[in-house]
Amino acid sequence: MSPSAAISLRGVRKRFGTLTAVDGIDLEVAEGECLGLLGPNGAGKSTTMRMLTAQAIADEGEIEVLGRRLPGDSKRARAECGVVPQQDNLDVELTARQVLAVFARLYRVPRRERHAAVDRALEIAGLTERADSVVDELSGGMRRRLLIARGLVHRPRLVLLDEPTVGLDPQVRQELWSLIDALRTEGVTVLMSTHYIEEAERLADRVAVMAAGRIVAYGRPSDLVREYAGRETLEVYGPPARLREVEAQASERGLSTRRSGTAVAILRAEDVNGFDVQGERRAASLEDVFVVLTGAQVE
Amino acid sequence: MSAQGDAPGGAERGPGAPALDGAAVRGQGAPSPRAGRIGRLEPAAIAGVMSRDVTVFTRYWLSTTFSSVMEPVIYLLAFGFGLGVLIPRVAGLSYIEFVGTGIVATAALFSSVFPGMFSTFIKYRYQRTYDALLAAPVDTEELVTAEVTWISIRAGVYCMAPLVVAVFFGLRPGPGVVLVPLIGFLTGFGFASFGVTIAAFAKSIDNFNYVISAVITPLFLVAGAFFPVAGLPAVAETIAQVNPLYHSVELVRHAVFGLEPVADLISVGVLVAFAVLMWRIAIWRMRARLID
Repeated sequence: MSPSAAISLRGVRKRFGTLTAVDGIDLEVAEGECLGLLGPNGAGKSTTMRMLTAQAIADEGEIEVLGRRLPGDSKRARAECGVVPQQDNLDVELTARQVLAVFARLYRVPRRERHAAVDRALEIAGLTERADSVVDELSGGMRRRLLIARGLVHRPRLVLLDEPTVGLDPQVRQELWSLIDALRTEGVTVLMSTHYIEEAERLADRVAVMAAGRIVAYGRPSDLVREYAGRETLEVYGPPARLREVEAQASERGLSTRRSGTAVAILRAEDVNGFDVQGERRAASLEDVFVVLTGAQVE
Repeated sequence: MSAQGDAPGGAERGPGAPALDGAAVRGQGAPSPRAGRIGRLEPAAIAGVMSRDVTVFTRYWLSTTFSSVMEPVIYLLAFGFGLGVLIPRVAGLSYIEFVGTGIVATAALFSSVFPGMFSTFIKYRYQRTYDALLAAPVDTEELVTAEVTWISIRAGVYCMAPLVVAVFFGLRPGPGVVLVPLIGFLTGFGFASFGVTIAAFAKSIDNFNYVISAVITPLFLVAGAFFPVAGLPAVAETIAQVNPLYHSVELVRHAVFGLEPVADLISVGVLVAFAVLMWRIAIWRMRARLID
């Protein structure tokens, strides 16, 4: 393990009965980096995240978080981690301020600093005006911001975000992105699982693509795109019959395609010569990589 | 959402708190001084979990207090004036004195076993509260210990309600009454742990019905709270001897009307053994439930 790694996993395996949720992964996240763990539902992302807080114990392999060996020394690591779960588990009967005060204490913020820590977290969440509102009265977006601020109240060195924007409308998602981006700017290490491609593309320095419990690709988003999807993608729209025709033509020429609703996307369109198909050329994206690697449909 | 950049800033940041700025974090390189001792059953972790309980309690204490006071009033009215007319004296006590002390232990039972079962189940299954707590520097052992301790403190306080009510019905307690909250706490610790264990085993909240009918109701009835155990068939009398609630009832009566050192030490022993055993089982089962 390199000295500056905030997270290091080696040969980590986790089984639930006959199901192998995580099937031997190696992963390193450098201090100050934002890593996106990208994969379809059921790829093993959440299990991987839970292993980092010792809420799931690996059957095989070694895990280190902030230089602490897990699971034995996990509590010490957790003291310096902020965790934002996928599922909202705020205490709905408490006010925003009370929620943060409880967690400031749980995370051992010294008594004389707690008040300032809570005020600061309220500001991060943009909830200073609503500090004394009960969680039940907050909107979905406010609750999610509070959930994130709860994970930041003790100024963690490492933040684990599990699907931070799942189920939120686009505007709220944008707000959260700027919040996560601000963390990254401040040098906090971030590990974020997501199945939204755009999220990973915008925020992550590096991406690890997971499928069926394995990491199938790892690197900078732009490098992954070049390696797995080339430079350009040709999108052809049309009725189903026409799309089948295009797919047949493309596969004759050895080109890979993927179907997304009403269109067929032909990958590595820059290599195509004399292929007379009308369509829209666009830059290849991480979404193309994702589909090529995981065979999954994108939301 | 101006976030971290402004306001409290660096000036108010204590030397111990890890800074959000990457530069400061990496520059220092030293482990955070506030980490301190991190071992098993840390007071800081237990206090943290209990601070959540206390904060949540400020939201519903009124309804809890109301029901804790109303219930013994109703019991004492029904039994005291109903049965009390038929039964002038029981085991050397007036019926009001007998029931007034008997329901102290049952109040400790109900105010511990039900929160142990229902709120534990709701917190880990529906509210996912324990997922959030275990992501913080808190282990299952500390989590269960804090929850059980908090419930027991409440049991120790609320088991006094029937006694206070009984005073208005004519009960005159001796000085040993000051021990009653401790007996309530000890009784509550065992039964709260028992409730947490049941919650850890339960697949759905309906499963609790089996436990309530088959275990809790018999324990409650064969404890000498409402009628003396001595009058029961031999089998029931033997069962009473291993029923922690029976020992709790006995202790409360003796505390209020005069201690009997040997019998009372045995009763304390039974309650302590029950509490420690159930506490460890509760931790063991909750860990299996909460950690994958």
